[in-house]
Amino acid sequence: MNSGALLCLGIFATLASSFWGLLLLPQLQIGRQDPVKLEATDALYPANRPGQARQGAEVYRALGCVECHSQQVRPKGLGSDFERGWGERRTVAQDYLYDQPVLLGSLRLGPDLANIGARQTNATWHLLHLYQPKSTSPGSMMPPYPFLFEKRKLRRGEARSPDALALNDASSAEEIVPRPEAEALSAYLLSLHSDVPLFEAPVPVTRTNAAGATATNAPATTTNSPPPPK
Amino acid sequence: MSAPSSPTVAPGAGASPAGRPVPVAEIDASLRWPVLLLFVSAVLWLVLGTILALIASIKLHGPGFLNGSAWLTYGRINPAAMNALLYGFASQAGLGVALWLLCRLGRVGVCCQAPLIIAGVFWNLGVAAGILGILAGDSTGFQWLEMPRYASPILFAAYSLIGLCAIVTFHARRERPLYVSQWYLLAALFWFPWIYSAANYLLVFRPARGVMQAVVNAWFTNNLLGLWLAPIGLGAIFYFIPKLTDRPLHSRPLAAFGFWTLAFFTNWTGLTQLSGGPLPAWLPAASQAANGLMIVPILCAGMNWLLTLQSGGAQNQEHLTLRLVRLGATCYLAWGLMSIFTGLRAVSEVTHFSYVTVAQNYLALLGFLALTFFGCFYYIVPRLTQVAWPSEKLARWHVTCSTVAIAVIVIALTIAGLWQGAKLNKSTADFIALTRATLPWGGLFTLGLLLFLAAQLLFLRNLFLLLRVYGEPCRQTAIGFFTGAEALEAGRQP
Repeated sequence: MNSGALLCLGIFATLASSFWGLLLLPQLQIGRQDPVKLEATDALYPANRPGQARQGAEVYRALGCVECHSQQVRPKGLGSDFERGWGERRTVAQDYLYDQPVLLGSLRLGPDLANIGARQTNATWHLLHLYQPKSTSPGSMMPPYPFLFEKRKLRRGEARSPDALALNDASSAEEIVPRPEAEALSAYLLSLHSDVPLFEAPVPVTRTNAAGATATNAPATTTNSPPPPK
Repeated sequence: MSAPSSPTVAPGAGASPAGRPVPVAEIDASLRWPVLLLFVSAVLWLVLGTILALIASIKLHGPGFLNGSAWLTYGRINPAAMNALLYGFASQAGLGVALWLLCRLGRVGVCCQAPLIIAGVFWNLGVAAGILGILAGDSTGFQWLEMPRYASPILFAAYSLIGLCAIVTFHARRERPLYVSQWYLLAALFWFPWIYSAANYLLVFRPARGVMQAVVNAWFTNNLLGLWLAPIGLGAIFYFIPKLTDRPLHSRPLAAFGFWTLAFFTNWTGLTQLSGGPLPAWLPAASQAANGLMIVPILCAGMNWLLTLQSGGAQNQEHLTLRLVRLGATCYLAWGLMSIFTGLRAVSEVTHFSYVTVAQNYLALLGFLALTFFGCFYYIVPRLTQVAWPSEKLARWHVTCSTVAIAVIVIALTIAGLWQGAKLNKSTADFIALTRATLPWGGLFTLGLLLFLAAQLLFLRNLFLLLRVYGEPCRQTAIGFFTGAEALEAGRQP
């Protein structure tokens, strides 16, 4: 162990082993996947996100949502992701083909979001939740994102904008209007659902998944009506 | 404090110098400005990183805290804190320690000072640009690689220059036989540019498709700690334990075995954190196998240190550096065993996505690396400046408070994480309720960080007192120079 050259060779070889084994080998296996044709609908999966949702992905990345939220459902029997209703099947590599960056997440201080677009299909719910998480999820520890919204003063007699948030405690003198970033983020969250049955990840047929099995990443059912009263 | 004494070469190195060994005082003089620059800025980044981590931790239990601006949102503050600690503090302190050790062990002065200083300045500019970028929302989104594409090339270029200087210095060494520390340092200097450039290339500049990004990211985060920062810490421990106990290292073959097993297994362990993730199952399985084998290098290192320490007398046991290095070594062993344990499939099922992973990173970053590097600071800085530490009391308080703070942080997060993981992953307990139940532990985490910050401020004060003593003659010389010049000019003009 006194020869610098031999030492360097060994140092090179050890890291090269995992560079080949853990990076290049899986790259050959899953690095060149293409969208697949779904049997049920003949559509390609995954489809690219619509433009606004793609902008929302940028907001999601820039705000660092991944620090607290994962986007992966582990297979049945490992953890309790299924039991929590975070997905009807595990997520597989195919689901992430068009994600840039891929944000699997390593900490769950908030719930998993791999299927949030299937769980919460209401755009208004997402906007309210971003503005004041406690208003839709009592007790939530998620920080509010007031900077994604604009507080506008209303002149006397002026009507509210159609897209203003319907807040319970809002005074009549002002309104809260989502900025484009908030709209985009909400569109992105609605586009998150990995519930299409795939060959390697079939969806159990016990539940009715006709509604969930849309072939695109577009929001399943986007409504702008306020969330149903609790 | 320990006054600079005439140091001896670390035990284990033979004596067949190719050329006259450079006197120790000359070596230290050649390193003075580059290493001081790296150390002082590392300490400043440590303070800044701790402040950012403190803000982030308050947000965990008080989500309304400082939430008026996107710049201060948790998702930006937290990665900014980790980047300040990883690249601003640990990497920079590690570079300084590595340079000093390579010169001392090779008995040669550093090859070039000016490029090192320029590279050090650029490294700091790169870290600053990266952290401002993260706060501004330009983060790449990849863990520990959040620095945007306009910052990472600056870091890489600055590193290349420092690494090159270190390699040239190593090559020109006068003491040809190699000591254990040099293996680790040389390896770290080769591994870092590889993992950093490969990960940046495959994630940011020419992104791989789909889940491969998560694979590359996991490989990188594991290697950044395991193959870049940890080997420097290990190099320092292998240097200081024999040196300060004044005994040769217990076994060189054991150290060699430990080195090669560590080098081979560590870089395969990265994907344990993707257990159950959306990728071929053989990938985490391969990492879990390597993870189990990590017990070999960890036991080798631990045994070697323990037997060396036991063979030594009691004369130096109270030396502050030895105390810190022993604490750092203990944290290394604890971190290694914890990683092996949480990498097991059955355990990771529970601890995955919980605070346990955070505790593990703090144990490595603050426990193992920071304590070891503090030990190095206390030993190296007086030798560079020829000034003893002004206040022994400040130093002792710094060490005690840091140690207690790290223990509080790691224990609070581990307990919170185990409980949270069990509820989160093994039951369907209400999500909001279980998250709220961890809040008291989050508060303890904040207190730990606060104490750690206070300790670092004590250290900063001690360091600046020392630098002021060191700068005093320079100031006098400068004053003398200018007044002398004036006198000269006055003399010239009749």
